Amino acid sequence: MGGGPAGMAAALAARAAGVQDILLLERDQHLGGILNQCIHPGFGLHHFKEELTGPEYADRFVRLLKEEQGIEVSLRSFVVKLTPGREISYFRPGALEEVRARAVILATGCRERTREMIQIPGSRPAGIYPAGLAQKMVNMEGWIPGREAVIVGSGDIGLIMARRMALEGVKVKGVVEIQKTSRGLVRNVVQCLEDFGIPLYFRHRISRIHGADRVEKVDVVRVDDNLKDIPGSGFEVPCDTVLVSVGLIPENELLEMAGGEIDRAANTPVAAGVNLTSVPGVFACGNACKVYDLVDWVTRDSALAGRMAAEYLEKK
Amino acid sequence: MKRVMTCIECPQGCRLEIEADGRRVLSVAGQKCKRGDKYARQEIEAPMRTLTTSVLTGGLELKMLPVRTSKPIPKEKLFETMAAVKRIVVSSPVKAGAVVATDFLGLGVDLVACRSIDKK
Ligand code: SF4
Repeated sequence: MGGGPAGMAAALAARAAGVQDILLLERDQHLGGILNQCIHPGFGLHHFKEELTGPEYADRFVRLLKEEQGIEVSLRSFVVKLTPGREISYFRPGALEEVRARAVILATGCRERTREMIQIPGSRPAGIYPAGLAQKMVNMEGWIPGREAVIVGSGDIGLIMARRMALEGVKVKGVVEIQKTSRGLVRNVVQCLEDFGIPLYFRHRISRIHGADRVEKVDVVRVDDNLKDIPGSGFEVPCDTVLVSVGLIPENELLEMAGGEIDRAANTPVAAGVNLTSVPGVFACGNACKVYDLVDWVTRDSALAGRMAAEYLEKK
Repeated sequence: MKRVMTCIECPQGCRLEIEADGRRVLSVAGQKCKRGDKYARQEIEAPMRTLTTSVLTGGLELKMLPVRTSKPIPKEKLFETMAAVKRIVVSSPVKAGAVVATDFLGLGVDLVACRSIDKK
């Protein structure tokens, strides 16, 4: 389940390990998952020994899948149910399908944490987007979300969107990070912020968002090492857009439905090892299993998940 | 003059210490591989970046086609290049790696498609 990098690698590896009948379900109309919107370079240095963009990395796997007869790819297919007995229900245009699998690999990826989860006070105007959603809008739909932006969180998605928006002519007024360091790669701080003269405010947070219909400005305040606001340190930043890049949550609702044990803090499967879940015959790989920072490792570990599923089927 | 910079050639992000005399590099230290040395010299002499962006399409299955420059271009040309990219519309199907515009802006680099795209 899931036709991003994890699902594609798992399906191909399971096939290579001799699994006869594989169904790959993807809810979008294309394979590739999040890679399709990650148009920046930085992928594949380990797996392909060259630097690719996200779509290029995905394209290599899509081509392999096209040549592979033993894998049926079903696009626009949204899984709505998984039982402990591995019965699967999914919608595809015009039909509700039901299949039973002898093994299931969950490669459902992540969704984004939102403004609500970090509790920024203030009004609720238009112009506040999760950074990954903004990335999809800019890179795939051709919409620019605003003219003057502030970014919350200095993870890789936030940094990459800072550069992307700057290149598109948006005035990026700063990246606000509550921690002392960036969670993102150093190279992204350099090539996404320093290259474009975008300030990075460590140990700062947005204390309020202002605006009636549309964002008008944000209040930014410095915090101490206990993350408490430092009085008198506040300043205002006029802007019409706020991008929120504050982490990812693995999507494991299907596993939960199948009775699998979930770690509530991280929303990841509780299991004895990587790619495993507490439900026999149900595996989880890629960002659904744990949040990775490099797709190359997703490919490596997900291929292992494919082989683990193949081994499970042989033993049965 | 001593300068410290981060190598951006790969996600390792090595911290490079560079001894330079104006734009002439005397020594580079801290790199975990050869590319770091090359990067430091290039970065001091004339910084280069690969540009990736998306261009509009017409009559194709996706609204935008992701593209990249075939080679890095001078950093100070990024915005000029973006402005020129915005004038391009791709209206026939291409394969990943196909050239969308040749010798772009006379920089000696091509604009290359990053994925295959079909008709609607
Ligand atoms: S020096 Fe080599 S290993 Fe270090 S960041 Fe640069 S390319 Fe990567």
